[in-house]
Amino acid sequence: MNNSGPTLFVVGASHHTTPLEWREKLAVGPEKLPILRSQFATLPGLHEFTILNTCNRIEIYGVAADSAAIDSLQSVFCDSQNIAFEEFSKVQIKRLGPETIRHLVSVASGIDSQLVGENEIFGQVKDAYADALTSRTVGPVLNRVFQKAFQTAKQIRTQTAINAGQVSTANVAVDLALTIFGDLTDARVLLVGAGEIGEQSAKAFRSRGARAITVASRTMTHAMELATTLDARALPFEKLDHHLSEFDIVACATAAPGSILTAEMVAKAMKARPASPLFLIDLAMPRDIAVEAAQVENVYLYNLDDLAKISDQNRAARLSEVEKAKIIILEKTQRLWQIVQGQAPGTDEG
Amino acid sequence: MTDRTWLWIAAACYLAGFVLGTIVLLRGHKQSRGRMYAIVAVGFALQTVGLYLRGLEVKGCPLGNTFELFQFTAWSATSLFLVVGATFRLSLLGYFTSLMAAVLTTLSLSIPAWDATRRVGVFGGNAWIEFHAALALFSYGVFGLLALTSIMFLLRHYSLKSKQLSGAFAFLPSIRDLDDIGLRLLVVGVILLAASLGVGAVYWLRAPDTVNIAKLLTTIGVGVAYGVTLTLRKQGMLFGKRLSWVCIILFGVALLSLYPVNTSRPDLPPGSSASSLQP
Repeated sequence: MNNSGPTLFVVGASHHTTPLEWREKLAVGPEKLPILRSQFATLPGLHEFTILNTCNRIEIYGVAADSAAIDSLQSVFCDSQNIAFEEFSKVQIKRLGPETIRHLVSVASGIDSQLVGENEIFGQVKDAYADALTSRTVGPVLNRVFQKAFQTAKQIRTQTAINAGQVSTANVAVDLALTIFGDLTDARVLLVGAGEIGEQSAKAFRSRGARAITVASRTMTHAMELATTLDARALPFEKLDHHLSEFDIVACATAAPGSILTAEMVAKAMKARPASPLFLIDLAMPRDIAVEAAQVENVYLYNLDDLAKISDQNRAARLSEVEKAKIIILEKTQRLWQIVQGQAPGTDEG
Repeated sequence: MTDRTWLWIAAACYLAGFVLGTIVLLRGHKQSRGRMYAIVAVGFALQTVGLYLRGLEVKGCPLGNTFELFQFTAWSATSLFLVVGATFRLSLLGYFTSLMAAVLTTLSLSIPAWDATRRVGVFGGNAWIEFHAALALFSYGVFGLLALTSIMFLLRHYSLKSKQLSGAFAFLPSIRDLDDIGLRLLVVGVILLAASLGVGAVYWLRAPDTVNIAKLLTTIGVGVAYGVTLTLRKQGMLFGKRLSWVCIILFGVALLSLYPVNTSRPDLPPGSSASSLQP
């Protein structure tokens, strides 16, 4: 290790280091992401970078000329999120050199996920890399690192049973719905948010027998598009409050900065259906449903952390697969690090 | 073998079901629905033999003392489980039924005083009064099963609210299924008790002096309480956790009400023991 050349790094925070409340502060909204990207792009000494922004992690992978450039990047990030650098330092993840590669492969393969073995993260990492390609913020080092990381992640998924049982937040939510309703055939499902997670949730509910699915989104055309795909109904977002009482299961997965379902709205809906249970699933970050809604009688509210904990209860079966995956990651990291060093002489872990 | 011997064996069978179920739960395994159903069914058959022998002995429905009332209530609940348990996939209900049957039968067998004397000619040879009493006790069995599903509802509710879904909680039925079954049991219980009270009312109107006012008020009180509970549930004013607690408490009250009902009977021949009963 020497400090003379560019440094491959990742900085950020994830569910491992921060509770849900903290991740809400760190979450970068879709409207802020381009601004943050352009701020990073102007930082002196930052050669390449990619921003991975999901419900459970915000991570910036990059190649920096020196540690000062990494510090600058962190300062810009903290300023954009209105958090003190010292506070962020307490919860941050920081990996340098080959540890960055090992971390990226762990993330992309799902072994670092809150739901170990889940599949969504692979697509999210690919999307982050694609955005970086479009924005021209990646260069030869990150290109090679990400492409090899994808190959290794695929290898782990095919050579181990880490994702056995179709691990996903959506599937855990559907299993949970079954413990409330027993049978989903007659359950009326409302999906708020027409994004990828919402779509996956809707498909999971449909695959387990739910027939009456409705999609609501701030953009009615998005709701209608997804509704058409799912053979579902579309509901104007403005009518959400009025129609809430008609649903047994409400899954929220929007990018809204605050609560879209308040405790008052839920309490009002339950007055119209007091004896029927209402299952609220908050798949959003920041959360879409006010925590106080859980206090309403006959309402069961679960957020991302709750679903992950439930999944962890069944995690033991997958732990041996994680060990197998770690062996593959270790082997691949060493080889890739040699390639990266050869490609960018002087690149070091700082 | 005497009737009590058969009833002891039945109690042992229920107890075995409960112990076996507890071991399975502690090991974190799922209750075998078929095995528990078979154990309860064997216990029920043995208890039926015991009660049949007692019935032959007393020349009527064995409802002449606290022992017989408890036995009949347990028998009613068990018989209903054998119907409900086959219809719904409720593996844990068999476990709870075996627990309740074991408690009621063992308790009644363990207290000799409850069976030391019995009232002969309780129903005055009137088949309708006998039918009224049997129907009322059967409804208590239904309410017993309702109390069990209410306990299961509370456990499921707790597991969902506290987000603990593994271990024994994983084997509980869904909260909606428990609510549906609870409502059906409440309806059936209220209908049976109302029918019983209807039959009893006809007799009371014919001979009001023969019915003890304490028994009348207690029985009507229990019937009204369950009727109000059902009405409130239907109107969406009582549901979920509160309804479950009400059903559990009401069953406790119903069991306690057996004492004033039993002691209010007028024709008690002192010293007549169960083993030397005369028709």
